[in-house]
Amino acid sequence: MNAQAPALGDPRLNRPEPFTPRDGGFFQRDRTIHPPAYAPGYKSSVLRSPRQALLSLESSVSEITGPVFGQNDLGPLDNDLIRNYAKDGDPVGERIIVHGRVLDETGRGVPNTLVEFWQANAGGRYRHKKDTYLAPIDPNFGGCGRALTDDTGYYYFRTVKPGPYPWRNFVNSWRPAHIHFSVFGSGLAQRLITQMYFEGDPLIPVCPILTTIPDKDALDRLVAPLDLNASTPFDSLAYRFDIVLRGQRSTYFENRPEGN
Amino acid sequence: MPQPLNYLKETASQTAGPYVHIGLIPAMAGFDIFEKNFSNMLVTPNTQGERITLEGKVIDGSGTPLRDVLLEIWQANAAGRYNHPADRSAGALDEDFRGWGRGGSDFESGLITFETIKPGVIVDRTGRKCAPHVNIWIVARGINIGLNTRLYFSDEEGANAADPVLNLVEPPVRRKTLIATRSERAGKAVYSFAINLQGPDETVFFDV
Repeated sequence: MNAQAPALGDPRLNRPEPFTPRDGGFFQRDRTIHPPAYAPGYKSSVLRSPRQALLSLESSVSEITGPVFGQNDLGPLDNDLIRNYAKDGDPVGERIIVHGRVLDETGRGVPNTLVEFWQANAGGRYRHKKDTYLAPIDPNFGGCGRALTDDTGYYYFRTVKPGPYPWRNFVNSWRPAHIHFSVFGSGLAQRLITQMYFEGDPLIPVCPILTTIPDKDALDRLVAPLDLNASTPFDSLAYRFDIVLRGQRSTYFENRPEGN
Repeated sequence: MPQPLNYLKETASQTAGPYVHIGLIPAMAGFDIFEKNFSNMLVTPNTQGERITLEGKVIDGSGTPLRDVLLEIWQANAAGRYNHPADRSAGALDEDFRGWGRGGSDFESGLITFETIKPGVIVDRTGRKCAPHVNIWIVARGINIGLNTRLYFSDEEGANAADPVLNLVEPPVRRKTLIATRSERAGKAVYSFAINLQGPDETVFFDV
């Protein structure tokens, strides 16, 4: 399995470009790379999947716009999961840095956008009142954080590597280690929730949730490679995870369906 | 061979899972971690507009309310203006209204509520008038990619009849799945909605 291709490998993407907001419509979402709503191997989707065709809407002002967030919405420890719930010491587990860029389909960084993340602890247990897995809660680990991307779309946070855990789907279904990501973008149509996986995890090819994705390359792009260059010697390993949101057109000409 | 276009591909969606609250509404997961939290309360005492409650459920194909679903809403202010630079319409901005909130369903009843204001008529870039509406985004365990829908208001019959999006819904009998019903409770307007994921009254979802 190939880990996520480094998006920055494309020299076009490193071209310095002043950020000028585009505010036309978004590119049509390519739904062939997303999991279908109805994916019976992931049993929870059976009763929760719409069966009628989606109604396609060209982007209106309601979808081009979306909530705007700022540093005022965040606290100083929000991107440090090793410290943001520590009570009497550090959480147990492999210390890691997760970093990357939020880009759009044209390769531009998406600046100043909110990225939220949550995960199980090193033993695979979530701090959630509905999680009853026998692995223990870690008193020093909350398991969530958030960051705003900088001017180039870059984000980073520090955490411990989550553990795999069993779940009720088939009798012996296990989730690969993963971190949930929520990303906003600049408009409602870019809103995305996904999950990041770790290079080399043998549970990846047998995960009923991950394999809802019909496109092999799209699945591989959810797998973060180990990034030794970004590691902190004698402290933390690093994984790189770039996230691509939908591209947006410039409004060179307004759409006038009735003619000129 | 023509020149390559070199577009990147959008990152694939994955379900938010049953524990979405941890990251997005940690208080519902059962703990307190952030200094500042996002919530289902969109208004401050200074927000302009009529206070309303949105109240409803998301219902699965067996008729059972989802009790682990998370909704986000995005709406214009009372003057019909979105708090975003890409809205270039003439309505006044309201500094006390971001226009966005998120809420989780009650773990027992499945009920979801938002405290907000009724949005105004929206004028799109082509000059079209759009009926007041609230945009909704839905994620949960078993939902593989977030679902987009809208809520319109039952007391806006004239504006709804002329709305360019409602008029795209075919057959017309499905338009009612997008309309929240107004009632009064303790002197305050409550709009009730039901989002049906399947069945004869399946809600209209959009590919936006």
